[in-house]
Amino acid sequence: MHPQLPSLGANSSSTDRRLSALIRHLEGSSSSSSAMESQNQTISASATSAFSDNSVFGHVVRAPEDAILGVTVAYNKDPSPVKLNLGVGAYRTEEGKPLVLTVLQFALICSSRVKEYLPIVGLADFNKLSAKLIFGADSPAIRENRVTTVQCLSGTGSLRVGAEFLAKHYHQRTIYIPQPTWGNHVKIFTLAGLSVKTYSYYDPATRGLNFQGLLEDLGSAPSGAIVLLHACAHNPTGVDPTLQQWEQIRQLMRSKGLLPFFDSAYQGFASGSLDADAQSVRMFVADGGECLAAQSYAKNMGLYGERVGALSIVCKTADVAGRVESQLKLVIRPMYSNPPIHGASIVATILKDRNMFNEWTIELKAMADRIISMRQQLFDALCARGTPGDWSHIVKQIGMFTFTGLNSQQVTFMTKEYHIYLTSDGRISMAGLSSKTVPHLADAIHAAVTRVA
Amino acid sequence: MALRTGISSRILRSSSTFALRSMSSWWRNVEPAAKDPILGVTEAFLADPSPDKVNVGVGAYRDDNGKPVVLECVREAERRIAGNLNMEYLPMGGSVKMVEETLKLAYGENSNLIKDKRIAAVQALSGTGACRLFADFQKRFCPDSQIYIPVPTWANHHNIWRDAQVPQRTFHYYHLESKGLDFASMMDDIKNAPNGSFFLLHACAHNPTGVDPSEEQWREISYQFKVKGHFAFFDMAYQGFASGNPERDAKSIRIFLEDGHLIGCAQSYAKNMGLYGQRVGCLSVVCEDEKQAVAVKSQLQQIARPMYSNPPVHGALIVSTILGDPDLKKLWLKEVKAMADRIIGMRTALRENLEKLGSPLSWEHITNQIGMFCYSGLTPEQVDHLTNHFHIYMTRNGRISLAGVTTGNVGYLANAIHEVSKSA
Repeated sequence: MHPQLPSLGANSSSTDRRLSALIRHLEGSSSSSSAMESQNQTISASATSAFSDNSVFGHVVRAPEDAILGVTVAYNKDPSPVKLNLGVGAYRTEEGKPLVLTVLQFALICSSRVKEYLPIVGLADFNKLSAKLIFGADSPAIRENRVTTVQCLSGTGSLRVGAEFLAKHYHQRTIYIPQPTWGNHVKIFTLAGLSVKTYSYYDPATRGLNFQGLLEDLGSAPSGAIVLLHACAHNPTGVDPTLQQWEQIRQLMRSKGLLPFFDSAYQGFASGSLDADAQSVRMFVADGGECLAAQSYAKNMGLYGERVGALSIVCKTADVAGRVESQLKLVIRPMYSNPPIHGASIVATILKDRNMFNEWTIELKAMADRIISMRQQLFDALCARGTPGDWSHIVKQIGMFTFTGLNSQQVTFMTKEYHIYLTSDGRISMAGLSSKTVPHLADAIHAAVTRVA
Repeated sequence: MALRTGISSRILRSSSTFALRSMSSWWRNVEPAAKDPILGVTEAFLADPSPDKVNVGVGAYRDDNGKPVVLECVREAERRIAGNLNMEYLPMGGSVKMVEETLKLAYGENSNLIKDKRIAAVQALSGTGACRLFADFQKRFCPDSQIYIPVPTWANHHNIWRDAQVPQRTFHYYHLESKGLDFASMMDDIKNAPNGSFFLLHACAHNPTGVDPSEEQWREISYQFKVKGHFAFFDMAYQGFASGNPERDAKSIRIFLEDGHLIGCAQSYAKNMGLYGQRVGCLSVVCEDEKQAVAVKSQLQQIARPMYSNPPVHGALIVSTILGDPDLKKLWLKEVKAMADRIIGMRTALRENLEKLGSPLSWEHITNQIGMFCYSGLTPEQVDHLTNHFHIYMTRNGRISLAGVTTGNVGYLANAIHEVSKSA
């Protein structure tokens, strides 16, 4: 269009943009290249008026849709009556509706009314109770005041605050993340200033854990490197190490001084037991070493949109924990000053009250059981259809997600022909299934596997 | 079962040898961070057992009994949404309804920019979150830019742009002698800054000084910004709180918009709706056209996603419930005016008390300044004296939060200020 104009890439200076704007203004509706050229030569950088109608952000291009959240966007647009959303990991009932835990309804009534800002570190009760929940009420680390816990914005916020802290204060700025992992992990750590490497995790051949590869990769990581571990119910694969494997991982990591950073987004959701789902974390804390843990209440308390979570850092001594906490505040203050109160006060209310807590564990187990039942039903349905392949991973994997093993062409096919929405890596959210919709999904998978390479 | 217990206890025993090998903490070298100068004040206040203590530190509104206030419109909104049990994720850009209503406040009910969909806007974590999103966005898309920040400003502004890795420069703002605006120096700084510089402006009720440019001065500033092609980023944390009238408090922004500036704006409901802990706010960026606004919004979401994924729903729901209902909105406007009026009343009372005590100093600035804060002119030493002897808590820059002043304590406060300053 205007060959003489400086190119307006992201690196163009504001001067270039001003010049371009002025040229466009001066040019008017008629233009001849020679007139343009002479104008180019006469315009200098110190224009009398630098004002332009052009935005300084004019070069900003539209970002691609978030891969995961974009699935729901596409689902919402689809008019088909048989459409199924197996994209984002939000729990659904048998009727396909979001579930508000009964215990939440009680808690909402009882919640304390702190009227103003929370402290930077958040609600104190919430923090203490969250630490107990993940580390165990009898954890020596807690008893010895070696744990600092700060309320953050769900799992994402906890990971980000932890990562920013590490980027500022930890001597090693590389974090190893499992291959594959939740899509947002890479962005979180990169933006926090860490460099990201991967370690083997998922074995497509077995649709299980590539344990040897994992040990090899962590074994060759530099001493002190940070390692992201999914505490339970690995997202997106649903593949978790056994307790024995966790013990080996722990020994290897401690021998190399690798720093564990747990992401615990599904405590209680995986097996139905809060304690069982925290075993991996507790194992590491029991050996007296240090670690980080990010907790989310989005799924296990159904508080998704309230953004409730916590970051805990287990330190060697109480003194260190105190100093670490003070530095965490410096990360949080310029990000959002202090965390939102509503969700945290609900959580604290529930965790504090014995009856509500018990009620919660029952509802949590019911959710986990429903998901386990969906796994079984889907597996049975595929077997009944004689769908080629081994589908046992559906019942072996744990938590909200199943890594089906379907490829992106098969996924596209399922969306197009069967109106089934899932992420292109073949991950389905079991929480989005019901007994009614399992047959439809099984048909779709069967068709995809038999008709699409 | 027994076998497993046996194995695990053996494992735990052997693991202690590993623990012994790495005795020291990774965090040995972590220094204790300095206390936040503003929030640290309230901590100290809370720890003080004195019955006379007064907190004029943090800027959270109090009623005339010194109690925090939940606005009636907020209570009503909470009642209405109590039945709503939808806690699903908001979109990354937050509540569309809340953002729509919020833009009307800043840009005007009948704003053409809104009609033409030229504003990229996302829900943010109150004012802090909005500023931080913008700072990160500025860094990403104008990586060579700097931010000009007024002297003084809310301390956290420096932290925000620093953590976003945007280099900072300052511009003159507060005039020490007159305790007003150093307009001439400010204009010089605007003229001398390289063309196309980014400036942080407080839309109204400057924090911490309470000193705002007049309308004429805003017009001159806007004109000079045009000449220089500067970018104006408005932090508007006190709309409604300054004069009592939100439309009036947005005047600076409207002047810039009339002049055609493509501004950025951070809005907060912490103070004017008393939603402090809910963390509700909005970041908006005016664009050339709808297409650009879509692009910019998508990029803002890309910044939010790895920070907190999506913003909290509860506070946004309160805001959209209030602003979406004409009666509730009217009630809110009435309550905001009442808060602003009480503060204006306390300004007058404090000044009169000081003058009655025969203070040799001029206290005009208390009533000239506007909004929640008064830059008293007290030195850090005088502030320490106030705290140590009179149990009066404020930030050491001499900033008094009028919201903490009541008819009950204004006499005590005036007396204390007089005591520490009369021999100045």
